[in-house]
Amino acid sequence: MIDERLLEILVDSFWKILIPGIKVTIPLTILAFSFALVIAVITAMVQFANVRILKQVARFYIWVIRGTPLLVQLYVIFYGLPGIGIVIDPFPCAVLVFAINEGAYCAETMRAALEAVPSGQLEAGYCVGMSYLQIMRRIVLPQAFRTAFPPLSNSLIGMVKDTSLAANITVLEMFMATQRIVARTYEPLALYIEVGLIYLIFSTVLTKVQRVGEKKLSAYNG
Amino acid sequence: MEQTMLEVKGIIKQFDKLEVLKGVDISVTKGEVVAILGSSGSGKTTLLRCINFLERADAGILVFDGAEYSLSKISKKEIAAIRQKTAFVFQNYNLFLNKTALQNVTEGLIVARKMPKEKAIQIGKKALDKVGLSDRYEYYPHQLSGGQKQRVAIARALATEPEIIYFDEPTSALDPELTGEVLSVMKQLAEEGMTMLVVTHEMGFARNVSTKVIFMEDGQVLEAGSAEEFFEHPKEARTKAFISNFTEQK
Ligand SMILES: Nc1ncnc2c1ncn2[C@@H]1O[C@H](COP(=O)(O)OP(=O)(O)OP(=O)(O)O)[C@@H](O)[C@H]1O
Ligand SMILES: [Mg+2]
Repeated sequence: MIDERLLEILVDSFWKILIPGIKVTIPLTILAFSFALVIAVITAMVQFANVRILKQVARFYIWVIRGTPLLVQLYVIFYGLPGIGIVIDPFPCAVLVFAINEGAYCAETMRAALEAVPSGQLEAGYCVGMSYLQIMRRIVLPQAFRTAFPPLSNSLIGMVKDTSLAANITVLEMFMATQRIVARTYEPLALYIEVGLIYLIFSTVLTKVQRVGEKKLSAYNG
Repeated sequence: MEQTMLEVKGIIKQFDKLEVLKGVDISVTKGEVVAILGSSGSGKTTLLRCINFLERADAGILVFDGAEYSLSKISKKEIAAIRQKTAFVFQNYNLFLNKTALQNVTEGLIVARKMPKEKAIQIGKKALDKVGLSDRYEYYPHQLSGGQKQRVAIARALATEPEIIYFDEPTSALDPELTGEVLSVMKQLAEEGMTMLVVTHEMGFARNVSTKVIFMEDGQVLEAGSAEEFFEHPKEARTKAFISNFTEQK
């Protein structure tokens, strides 16, 4: 069924797809997700602590980002902004858009997790003389991260797959690499399945890491 | 010499339109164990929370360690300074769930009081030993019984060497068979001269351990006096009913 030519193409392209995966998809995911986490924690904390104006800003940001497609956001920043003189290179642009986009979703996850931490601990912290920030950093946030870990892991896995959208703004990641090989070899079915399998490998590894992480984190809540 | 530890004058607290404290006066002398009794909703918890600034009172004066403060206008700095000398034990423990028993006790020492870790651990272990938990240092709250959790909370309070400890119904979240272990720790503290202000429904504790009883009703102090006087010769009809109600239950 699979002839020799096709087999050769698949073997040859495996590395040609995997290398951009390692060089672009993974760094893009790690960078964007790290920034997204920072955005999420700040956005969630601002709401949790009820900081007046910043809370409104946070709600507006989440409303806009969650209410518009990621692809549209990529296009606005990459193809739209140059119209007013702001040009960003494809890779940093992808990092920026993915971080802002994922940040909004993770912020909601973090906010729910913060609200799930039994609030009496905050008062107990005050009573032993700790400040708000000390209590947040040492007591509340660690517990919130524990609660948020599974949904955040899912977001991370989701992001690995979403990075394929960066092909639309000329970032040479796994999917674009595949498209190029397809253009040369005219084997779309086999090659798109192949890239799909590579994404599947990435996701599977992350799922395993998630399991291990959850076990490690479960020390204090049974 | 009798030395006043704490005095509260004319404390008023409203939640929206509801006046919960209607000008309460109390005073606690050093070494005294004061029990606050009263029916549900009479404002006992609110009183303790206002005294420790977990709730901001609308009016009233606090005299603490000889210095006078306005309960409604007190600054953050002054609050922090007073909290260095007080401790609070909650009805539902409020232990730090991501910390072990020992870490629960040392956390405030290390983080808030900047104590070296080794010294904090030494003090923390001593405090846990004192409440009978020398074999539970490394247990997380979810691995402890209710009575053990509350004893960790008491150890956490003790470790900061407070001049007074506030207790808000420390045993009422516990199964009856677990209240004894907590009460006996409190009794021991009382015997050692710790100043305590205790909201409680434990008549036995109020009668036998406390030196003074304050009876609250509808946001006011209805009757206050020595424990003996209060239980043997109550003045108010309402207090008499309250006490006989409990004696009948026995
Ligand atoms: N945060 C709050 N917001 C609004 N009302 C409150 C609040 N806290 C307490 N109250 C009200 O204040 C009144 C006194 O409450 P408090 O908790 O001080 O009573 P208590 O004497 O401690 O009662 P219990 O014996 O049931 O613990 C109650 O009517 C309660 O509903
Ligand atoms: Mg109460």
